[in-house]
Amino acid sequence: MFVLVMLLAVSSMGTAAAKRVTLNFIGMEQAGMTVDEQKAVIREFEKKHPGVTVNTTFVAYDALHDKLATALAGGGRAFDVMLVDNTWVAEFASAGWLMDVTDRITPEMKKATIDQNVTWRIVTYNKRLYGMPWMLDQKYFYYNEKMLKEAGFNAPPKTWEEMVEMARVMKKKGIVEYPIIWSWAQREAANVDFVALLYGFGGQLENEKGEPTFNDEGGLKALTFMVDTLKEGISNPASTVSVEEDVRNAFSAGKAAFAINWLYMYDLANDPKESKVAGHVKMALMPVSEEVRKKGIVSATCNDSMGFAVSAGSRNKELAWELVKYFTSPEVMKRYAAHQLPIWKDAFSDPKLIKAQPVTTKMFMEQFPYGHVKVHVPYYMEYSKTMQLMLQQAFTGQKTPKQALDDAVAQIKKIQERARQ
Amino acid sequence: MSFEPRESRATMPRQSPWKGYQLAISLILPSLILLGGIILYPILNNFFISFFRYDLTMPWSRPFVGLGNYIDMFKNREFLASVGRAAYFTAVSVSLEVVLGLLIALFLNQKFRGQAFLKTLIILPWAVPTVVSAIMWKWIYDANYGALNGILLQLGFIEKYQPWLTRPLTAMNLIIMADVWHQTPFVVFIFLAALSTIPAPLYEAAKVDGAGVVNAFFKITLPLMKPAFLIVLVIRTMEAFRIFDIIYVITGGGPANATQVVTYYTYVETFRYLHLGNGAAQSFVVSLFIMLLSIVYIKLLNAKVEY
Amino acid sequence: MNRPGQNMNRQSRRKARNAMRSAAIFVAGLALFIAIVAPYAWLVISSISHASELTSVPPHWIPHRPTLEKFIQMFTPDIRGISETAAMFKYAMLNSAIVAIFVTIITLIAASLAAYAFARLTFPGRDQLLLGIVAVRMLPAISIMIALYVTLTKLGLLDTKLGLVLLYLSFTLPFAIWIMTGFFKTIPVELEEAARIDGASRLGALFHIVLPLSAPGLVSTGIFVFMASWDEFFYPLIFTSTYLAKPVPVAITEFAGRHAIDYPAMAAGGVLASIPPLVLAFIFQRYIISGLTAGGVKG
Repeated sequence: MFVLVMLLAVSSMGTAAAKRVTLNFIGMEQAGMTVDEQKAVIREFEKKHPGVTVNTTFVAYDALHDKLATALAGGGRAFDVMLVDNTWVAEFASAGWLMDVTDRITPEMKKATIDQNVTWRIVTYNKRLYGMPWMLDQKYFYYNEKMLKEAGFNAPPKTWEEMVEMARVMKKKGIVEYPIIWSWAQREAANVDFVALLYGFGGQLENEKGEPTFNDEGGLKALTFMVDTLKEGISNPASTVSVEEDVRNAFSAGKAAFAINWLYMYDLANDPKESKVAGHVKMALMPVSEEVRKKGIVSATCNDSMGFAVSAGSRNKELAWELVKYFTSPEVMKRYAAHQLPIWKDAFSDPKLIKAQPVTTKMFMEQFPYGHVKVHVPYYMEYSKTMQLMLQQAFTGQKTPKQALDDAVAQIKKIQERARQ
Repeated sequence: MSFEPRESRATMPRQSPWKGYQLAISLILPSLILLGGIILYPILNNFFISFFRYDLTMPWSRPFVGLGNYIDMFKNREFLASVGRAAYFTAVSVSLEVVLGLLIALFLNQKFRGQAFLKTLIILPWAVPTVVSAIMWKWIYDANYGALNGILLQLGFIEKYQPWLTRPLTAMNLIIMADVWHQTPFVVFIFLAALSTIPAPLYEAAKVDGAGVVNAFFKITLPLMKPAFLIVLVIRTMEAFRIFDIIYVITGGGPANATQVVTYYTYVETFRYLHLGNGAAQSFVVSLFIMLLSIVYIKLLNAKVEY
Repeated sequence: MNRPGQNMNRQSRRKARNAMRSAAIFVAGLALFIAIVAPYAWLVISSISHASELTSVPPHWIPHRPTLEKFIQMFTPDIRGISETAAMFKYAMLNSAIVAIFVTIITLIAASLAAYAFARLTFPGRDQLLLGIVAVRMLPAISIMIALYVTLTKLGLLDTKLGLVLLYLSFTLPFAIWIMTGFFKTIPVELEEAARIDGASRLGALFHIVLPLSAPGLVSTGIFVFMASWDEFFYPLIFTSTYLAKPVPVAITEFAGRHAIDYPAMAAGGVLASIPPLVLAFIFQRYIISGLTAGGVKG
């Protein structure tokens, strides 16, 4: 009897001790799953692991890097599980801040994802893996079907030139004052749109040697296109201070006929509670220039995905990795597919998912092969800021597109030189 | 400066000087330890770091670079431009604040109904936290829904909403406006205090001498307010030169870096690029500049004001 | 000799001048009132409006359907569908309050001891030391931030309230020592001397004579320190990452992300954040102004 009591006491002490395990999670409050959805997943995880508490922090994309970097440089105990953008993996991994998970990813897991090459690049640096891909996202082309029909068009534009023509008609007929809205604030969001346009006009970010080449002919055409649509007033002038949420907001308020945004906008722009244009919002393949289309390339977009990583300084690495796996598991991802699609191939043949998300699943598969990723370098923050500045200088007319591009390329070569030292 | 001990007067019980020092030291010690740990040591350490290439992203390599970071800084056009912007911000915002502050102080120094009420109310902009004031102005300047657009449209000054913050110079000037709203009350308080120290008989004497109001202002008020002017100028200049909060909130340095002032650039270099060595060198030079100003300030405080 | 008509003429001229003067004062006073109040009033109005009223063109200056929904949401536990910042705002308020209160207490204790020594005692290097302490008050935060970041990291004080308290002392303490030395100097030495002749020790004199007499100075310094701590943004921006320590000024900049358009919530956060300093400012205005001028003008 006494022994039994002792045993009970000891075992209860055991659970009391286990209760003290806390994980710290940092995610993003922006595109993709909503905060409430992410919290729900975490509550499920806590239920499955009694004694584990997960503290959550959610910040906007543009605050996330600095929060992560200062916390990681400070020993990395502030967060165990982190959402990391594909462009930051090189920086964080080369500093030794991320847990190397190469041996935890089985070949079966790799094969089961949508596109092995693209998907796993998100979390790869120097051929090692540093996390699980989670949010496979890319920029999509959205249009307001009602406005298009009013202007007399029955199909979305296939080329950027066609879009400009349609926009002119709409502006002239007074259907909408500024037909196009973009996320071109001095933020990362602008770079994403530029990359999509750069490839859409036949340019490329860098050559095989890793030298920046976006000031080539395609780049010049892309940036000139951006500046010209602003000057002409077919792009909303507020674009140059807008981020994705401003785009969604203007588009949902019926203030734009065309918009470029992430996948999550489809559901929200068609939600009558969030949008005045619900029911009229359609998606199409991202256009390219006429010239590129003649070459047989029908679309180009920027693939900008994020993944979960575990901090190298975490004191509960195993448990943290469990949380990452739970978050990215096919079962969880399929349940929360409204704003973010699963990374798993099988999911897309799941009739339940297709029925629940008929438009986005189809668009996703169609658009995915045309995705271009940004550069993956340890000095990406400087790279990114240089590019943001280049775009802003061109938008504000401080520099001509050519000058802005050339200066940015020269600056990036300088940054590369410093990094090599 | 005299170190003649005050307590050496005959009535005081005599102490050995060492005992007096002991008490002084033990009273000051808690503050000194705190300040040594959180200010003096960091300053020295900052100076030390500024001679190294200290990239947080390369924890394994911290090479000594001598004056390299300082040389980089003076070759860095973005940094130099950010110093220029801070100078512009400082010059314009401080002169506006001084002029407006003086006018408001002179006005509130008049006797009229509601004067006491306005005198109380004017603390409001100053008491609103800086970041709240920044958010408030950002919302007012908003391109799509801002109150500024709403008012200008209703008054017929604009035909349609304008994206104010997309224009480089406008953005900077609007930030200055936000700063002026927030900081002018401080200037008003200092000026009101200075005005209250001017003895009324002086004005009466001037009246007897037949001097007009304007004359009295230039002959009496302004000269007597000189110390207050200098103090306001120096304090506000130092604070304006290190402006950060409202820029972070309203524009984040944009558009096209037009509002990226020097502390903002140093912040980016340090905590976004994680180049601590460069950041340390930059902050050291900025501090040196501000310290020079503060020496001026201290000299002014020590100068006796004679009426 | 004044003829009656001339007299009346002069009188009416004076009357006209007086009327002009009151009209000018009225216009100036009204302009000042609007300049002070209007921007903040718009923040308050935004906080009790529905988003749809704010986003109409032009906005509804007076909300047709005012609501306290955003304030209530912020204090409703486990609420869904609102932004992370709104849901966690109460914790940020708590963090701010705790940090500011501790900073105020520590500053007042350490500074009054040091200020007494500077105001009343003699020791070599006294004046130079005081000037040195004033000088550091002028330093921009960034100049000590980098080294402090490295140090606090080693001590495990990133993202803690204790870390913030230490950081804030770096600007409150020099300021408090400076103005309290000024306050102590205004208290007549004779009072203290009388007490000491009656057998009181130096510390006894400090606690029984000097401190009670300088109560207004203590109040004014305390309020200053509290407000400065409540206001601080740059340090916590770098040194906090979660709601374990994140204070109001940092939290309020994070009303972004998915709910970027939720301006009423952001405005409500701004109103809440400004209530403590505004209440203090209006109650203790006299003390604040005397502190300001003591710190700035008198020295």
